[in-house]
Amino acid sequence: MTEIERLIALLSRLPGLGPRSARRAALALLSEPQQRLLPLAAALGDAARAVRACTTCGNLDTSDPCRICTDPSRDRSLVCVVEGVGDLWALERAAVHRGVYQVLGGVLSALSGTGPEDLNIAPLLARIEAGGVREVILALGATVDGATTAHFLADRLATLDEAPLVSRVGQGVPMGGALDALDDGTLAAALMARRA
Amino acid sequence: MEWIAPGIVLSAAPYGESGAVIHVLTEQHGAWRGLARGGQGRRQTPLWQPGNLVSLRWVARLADQLGTLTGEPVHASAAFVLAAPDALSMLASCCAVADGALPEREAHKPVFDGLLSLVTRLSLAPDRASDCRADLLRWERDLLAELGFGLDLSACAVTGASDDLVYVSPRSGRAVSRAGAGEWAGRLLTLPEALLDDTIAHISDPDWRDGLRLTGHFLDRDVFGNRHRPLPAARIRLADRAALSA
Repeated sequence: MTEIERLIALLSRLPGLGPRSARRAALALLSEPQQRLLPLAAALGDAARAVRACTTCGNLDTSDPCRICTDPSRDRSLVCVVEGVGDLWALERAAVHRGVYQVLGGVLSALSGTGPEDLNIAPLLARIEAGGVREVILALGATVDGATTAHFLADRLATLDEAPLVSRVGQGVPMGGALDALDDGTLAAALMARRA
Repeated sequence: MEWIAPGIVLSAAPYGESGAVIHVLTEQHGAWRGLARGGQGRRQTPLWQPGNLVSLRWVARLADQLGTLTGEPVHASAAFVLAAPDALSMLASCCAVADGALPEREAHKPVFDGLLSLVTRLSLAPDRASDCRADLLRWERDLLAELGFGLDLSACAVTGASDDLVYVSPRSGRAVSRAGAGEWAGRLLTLPEALLDDTIAHISDPDWRDGLRLTGHFLDRDVFGNRHRPLPAARIRLADRAALSA
């Protein structure tokens, strides 16, 4: 396998890229090596060396604890539990949560065999037992696996000596969403979560 | 090859970047897998949740191919139970047990009818999930029978008596009366009355725990054990919940 073929093969494994698009990307990189290829190679190397998982919350950052965990303006009494780093980034992008996070690294799943021991639940419990956590927000997906994980965590947190308030993100009609375009499940959830 | 039929979603496994291999249970075709293109996407993820009733269309060039599955929602059962932990754990358990226990492409009408009734009732009254406990136990009992591992609850294996049956032998799956159990009672599985009398609608917390332990033992040993698989995690969690509440 030549260097070019190896580059294409590696690129084609990335999400959103197949062999054809990987070939186009490789050609674009190789046609301008100084402007595109070498800076990208340097950035990849730097990221591989510097980025690590935060031992406190599970976020990916160049420092451990991560910038969110060390930010003094963050409310440490408010912990938002998310499934993955992508969910954390989505909440940060929206700038709607001023507390800290806990990345579970997945949800309970009968199909994939993911059990409680496979999730980052122990760091969350340790953080709560250390004191100072007022509320835990369960921001998990509106799926059977996500809801099962949320119920499991709520039950587990309720057994703690200083059990925090456990809340969940709302479910229902999205911003700008027309009712007739929604699926039945979302409509049902929205109607059940109605408020005066 | 093509068929169109209503079915219940049992599971959805990721396939590639956006596809999913969907496992469904239908009345005429039994448990069936098919590839749903875009099954992991934002539009289809709500559709392929376990327990949902879906109008299915399966298409393949040859009968023994995986084929492509498309669906239209009929009743989004999963969405109704997400906020109710008991109903959710029961629905997830039923679907996980059917997902792992049933042979592919073999119709089992009683199993389909029972599961359809369960998921519908759970989703229509998620806050009254306890009303479905007896039916869930009987569905698991009937599932064992459908798969050839039926329990013999007609008479005592020791005395032959047909009354006061309160135990089941964990080895033979036959009922044992209180008199027949004698000093072996501690080694036998407790038999809830709801498994003998199908007209019983409500069962107590201890009966719920004992019933799940009884059917779980035979599902684990005869159905999943024969395939060298553990009992599904959702079924274990349901039994754990029942043990905590008893």
